[in-house]
Amino acid sequence: MSPSRRRRGAATVAWAVAAAAPLGFLSIFFAYPVLTVVGDGLSGLGELLASAPIRGVLWFTLWQAVASTALTLAVGLPGAAMLARLGPKARRVVRALITVPFVLPTVVVAGAFEAVFDRFGLDSGAVSLHHTVWAILLAHVFFNYAVVVRTVGSWWAGLDGRNADAAAILGATPARAFVHVTWPLLRPAVAAAAAVTFLFSFTSFGVILILGGPTRATVETEIYRYAVTRLDFDTAAALALCQLVAVATMVALAGIAERRRAVARRSAGRTVSRRSRVVIGVNAIVAIALLGVPIATLAERALSTGDGYGWANFAALAQRVPMLPTTAVAALWHSLGFAALATGIAAAVGVLASMVVVGGSARSSAKGARGWGAAWLRRLLDVGLTLPLGVSAVTVGLGMLLALDRPPLEFRTVWWIIPVAHALVGMPFVVRTLVPTLRSIDHRLREVAAVLGAAPLRSRREVDVPIASRAVAVGAAFAFAVSLGEFGATAFLPRRPDTLTAPLALFRLLGTPGESLRGQAMALAVVLMAATALSVLVIEGLRRTDESLF
Amino acid sequence: MKSRFTLRLIVVVAAALLAAACGSGDSPETASPALPPTESPSDASLTATEEPTGAGAAEDGEMSGIDGTTVTLISHDSFALSDETLEAFTEQTGVTVELLEVGDAGTLVAEAILTKDNPLGDVMFGIDNTFLQRGLDAGIFVPYESPALADVPADLQLDPEHRVTPVDYGDVCVNYWKDAVPREPTSLTDLTDADFYDQMVVQNPETSSPGLAFLLATIATFGDGWEQFWMDLRENGLVVTPGWEDAYYGEFIAGGGERSMVVSYASSPPAEVIYADPPTDVAPTGVITDSCYRQIEFAGILAGTDNEAGAQALIDFMLSETWQNDVPLNMFMYPVISSATLPPEFVEHTAVPAAPLMLDPAEIEANRDAWTERWVEIVLR
Repeated sequence: MSPSRRRRGAATVAWAVAAAAPLGFLSIFFAYPVLTVVGDGLSGLGELLASAPIRGVLWFTLWQAVASTALTLAVGLPGAAMLARLGPKARRVVRALITVPFVLPTVVVAGAFEAVFDRFGLDSGAVSLHHTVWAILLAHVFFNYAVVVRTVGSWWAGLDGRNADAAAILGATPARAFVHVTWPLLRPAVAAAAAVTFLFSFTSFGVILILGGPTRATVETEIYRYAVTRLDFDTAAALALCQLVAVATMVALAGIAERRRAVARRSAGRTVSRRSRVVIGVNAIVAIALLGVPIATLAERALSTGDGYGWANFAALAQRVPMLPTTAVAALWHSLGFAALATGIAAAVGVLASMVVVGGSARSSAKGARGWGAAWLRRLLDVGLTLPLGVSAVTVGLGMLLALDRPPLEFRTVWWIIPVAHALVGMPFVVRTLVPTLRSIDHRLREVAAVLGAAPLRSRREVDVPIASRAVAVGAAFAFAVSLGEFGATAFLPRRPDTLTAPLALFRLLGTPGESLRGQAMALAVVLMAATALSVLVIEGLRRTDESLF
Repeated sequence: MKSRFTLRLIVVVAAALLAAACGSGDSPETASPALPPTESPSDASLTATEEPTGAGAAEDGEMSGIDGTTVTLISHDSFALSDETLEAFTEQTGVTVELLEVGDAGTLVAEAILTKDNPLGDVMFGIDNTFLQRGLDAGIFVPYESPALADVPADLQLDPEHRVTPVDYGDVCVNYWKDAVPREPTSLTDLTDADFYDQMVVQNPETSSPGLAFLLATIATFGDGWEQFWMDLRENGLVVTPGWEDAYYGEFIAGGGERSMVVSYASSPPAEVIYADPPTDVAPTGVITDSCYRQIEFAGILAGTDNEAGAQALIDFMLSETWQNDVPLNMFMYPVISSATLPPEFVEHTAVPAAPLMLDPAEIEANRDAWTERWVEIVLR
């Protein structure tokens, strides 16, 4: 065997191992549980689709998700432009701050929104947002703003600004330069952000129920209603199947848009023009109005005590109240521990999977038949890793409960199933930020490294790792935030009281009347937000590389 | 899926019958001689309850061989007790309790039914009378008549076969903010009075258990006239929320909302006093006692348990004063045994309805979907 063949053999083994880990993880903790539930839906599907009310629900689910995505892009893309124009330090802080809405339980956000509507007279009268589709769309923008701004903004900051400069020198107006030069380069990131926003909106639960009012229903709320309230598992399973198919289709479509390669990622030093300052100013106002006002409302509630304002609600978090099996502070530590673990899993699995998804794409096209199977595997992983974001929490939660109930897969009551479930939702963020970044790495950089005498591994380390690490950090920070605020599939998993997490503690505090309990719940929400912002700062600061290098 | 469920049902029922039959046959020496004479009329038909193998186990854990064993208790996420309570049980019996909590009461029942061929625990606590029949029909429980039931009023013991044991109860009642109502409301018909226009908040009975209880309260009060009541209530300005939190803290005055009447619990005014900020001696809210629907929470031994004696000991313990006295301030429910003592706030700041509204669990199960569907048509369309 020639050395080169041996090396290729070793590479194949490495590739297989890299592929096996995420595939195994996804199969055991996602595909198997979901198929256990959805498999029963096939028989009822025809009947379900023939029902006019259900078709209405499907249609509403789809259009509100599309509208939410479009609106979030409309508000978020200028925000991303702002982020790209900020200096590295300010960018890091803003990126951390806008992640905060992610961890807020819907019931708390809804309360804050209603209070804001109330204050600005939007609760009733001619312009009423109370229980309207607009309230739903607004809340979806609130929750997903960070997805667009962070994903696209980080990408944008890494683009080579000299292309647009060149267009300007050649006489293009800024608009023309944007449409013809910047936009095509941005598309992979926009597609990734749009896919995530769409999935979040498609499967949104609390927002629909609380802000949309009792007459609105989506596939997600109907799955819950049929499975839990009606105990009509056939219909629930058929709905879950519909959801799965719709979501998989959307993810695959977004994947096609994302797969376009962008090249020339290298940022030159930027000067902030006057026009940029206007863009930044206008966006700061939008972001503050959108994110700041509801958050400020929460903070005001947290600080208000029986006799004015003070820290009493925060101090009370260290004491155990009877509703909680432990203190709220302990619950916060549990949350942080689970989030760290979930982020570790999501990052490890996500990085391996992204390498597999991207890794061989250049090679496989040249390899014909052998590459064909591998290409399918990559496509499957790519779509499969994003799906957990778009599949109902009821499906995943009940699926885990029913599928993982016997040895050797008896995991339904082990404590680590909770961070694993969190990691499932966090992983898509890692993959969706990392895959387009890996695809965009200019292979000439590696060639340059090779020419300069670097061994393949070394060139990977010197070229790929620094560029990819930023994307991993952005994705991991999302995964961390998602885990801190997660209240989905894990609501269906039986858990020990000593693993109480902060969002659950918050719900319990809100479950009994009493002004001091409510104050504590608001204080806990504020602490949770602060913990999120700090964690994101830490995670994104872990990279030693300076962003301006690439 | 239906056929698989039918199959599981058959298997579980068969297993339960088998276990019941064997339970009465083997090791009579483990049966407690202290068992009081049974009074329930249906006992004759159930051999298992005549000689419960673990009765009285709370007193003699070592004798019945449960010392050192573990019982898994599955409950909803409103479950709360002092740490000392479960520790006291372990001290008395040598049995360790492992607690698992899952979602709300509805999710708990749904999951217990879904997992009944491989149950999540030995004992389930938290199924209430609105979902009781669903659990009984699914055959998820094995019968056990605790000797401690002697101290529990008969009207709380809804299952004559003792597949479930009442552990606590509460009343779902209309609450009002005293300073904001134009006059003190005293009955359900007041809610449709023009004086209370745009004042009422209810939860959707399809997603909320107090919401469902209140719908049942109106059906128990008005009979066939319940539909007309809701039409009138809607006309009088009604807001519907998906859950209790968004009703109480979103729309009701307590959380900064604008409405003065909400569906909540009889124990809500005491909670408003206990957790007041600043402290107060007067509850800001009152309850309409005529609107109260009784919610009883039950515990049952899950079919398929491998520690039935330990499970029975835990059921006995749930009816002990240790457990019962711990219920009000932790779960804001009322104890079921007559020897329990109520905290003073529960006596001073609320009223227990003399004749709370209730419907038969079987009637609820037979009509629940039809009622809620009709409710949706009347109130939401």
